[in-house]
Amino acid sequence: MSLEHLELFEVFVRSARGLDHKHAGSLHAADHEQALEYARDCYTRRSEGVSIWVVKSRDICASQEDDSDSFFDPSDDKPYRHATYFPLPKEVGNM
Amino acid sequence: MSTEDQIEDINALEQKFQARIDAEQKIEPKDWMPDAYRKNLIRQISQHAHSEVIGMQPEGNWITRAPSLRRKAVLLAKVQDEAGHGLYLYSATETLGISRAELIAALQDGSAKYASIFNYPTQTWGDVGAIGWLVDGAAICNQVSLQRTSYGPYARGMIRICKEESFHQRQGYQIMIELAHGTPEQKQMAQDSLNRFYWPSLMMFGPHDSESAHSARSMQWKIKRETNDDLRQKFIDQTVPQIEYLGLEHPDKDLKWNEERGHYDSGEIDWEEFQNVINGNGHCNRQRIQHHVKAHEEGAWVRDAQNAYDQKRRARKASTAA
Repeated sequence: MSLEHLELFEVFVRSARGLDHKHAGSLHAADHEQALEYARDCYTRRSEGVSIWVVKSRDICASQEDDSDSFFDPSDDKPYRHATYFPLPKEVGNM
Repeated sequence: MSTEDQIEDINALEQKFQARIDAEQKIEPKDWMPDAYRKNLIRQISQHAHSEVIGMQPEGNWITRAPSLRRKAVLLAKVQDEAGHGLYLYSATETLGISRAELIAALQDGSAKYASIFNYPTQTWGDVGAIGWLVDGAAICNQVSLQRTSYGPYARGMIRICKEESFHQRQGYQIMIELAHGTPEQKQMAQDSLNRFYWPSLMMFGPHDSESAHSARSMQWKIKRETNDDLRQKFIDQTVPQIEYLGLEHPDKDLKWNEERGHYDSGEIDWEEFQNVINGNGHCNRQRIQHHVKAHEEGAWVRDAQNAYDQKRRARKASTAA
């Protein structure tokens, strides 16, 4: 018997309070509640986290890596958005 | 449950909340928090968001008149960043259970404030330099400290914002360097901008600690991590060598190095001016809000178009699914 009714979930784990949730991996589960429990068992067996988010994989809308050149192109020719573009004389300290 | 039980319950929750803060742990949106903490945060973060958005006006004023294409591109990128910062901060405020529409309404009806510095006009290109250098510089002092604020979404927003602000301050200082080391007229323009923006920048840190209405509890809750006066002192100290390098005259005639304190002593701020601007009587208070309302109303067709498009898309999806 297969488990075809199970859905794919993406798991995000916050390793400590105050930090961002980071993508940890995926798993199969029947619903959100079950996904949370499975995620705890799969991804936090060694106290890796204090909080878990689960999201259905099909609910994630991702940009296409193949298109990334044109997708991110608008910021490639704007080096002045970086602080290091503006040299600072050493007399004035940090900015 | 009896009323006494409920009060006891809340006391226990408040103790747990304060213990978490004392242990330097962040508070996250779904944690229990006292109502006053929530209100205080909504006030402070939305005020911060409004400042980013209103701050686009004085600088936007110079985009069409920037002295070169490169300067124009840089200024556009900076103003675009400020819009982004407004977005991060409005979103962080919304995690506390208030809607974007309510926040904007509070700005427009005057019940929410924004940094009073943006009620000063930008009269010359030098002002654009002074704003980047001094106004963003003062904001950075405050924001670096807020990276350790107790509310998680606010702290994480601040980390992102601080990374981006450094460019703002440096591009402003570079404008000042070029003016100050240019022709006598350009140097005079730089001096004039410094003179007009120095004191209002010091006012950005708020009233003295002894006069500050929100300070004590905000410190206890670690919403604020350093006091107004400590942050202001940091800014005063770091700005001295920057003014020296430009070869400009320091606007504070009472400024003196205090060997014992290891800091500069400075002259008193004109608090009457501060109160006046806060209470709506600065040069541009009315103009700033009127412009915001006008832009919001004139943008109604964009929101209508987006709603119509979303409806059309939903209808199309429903018909292909059927």
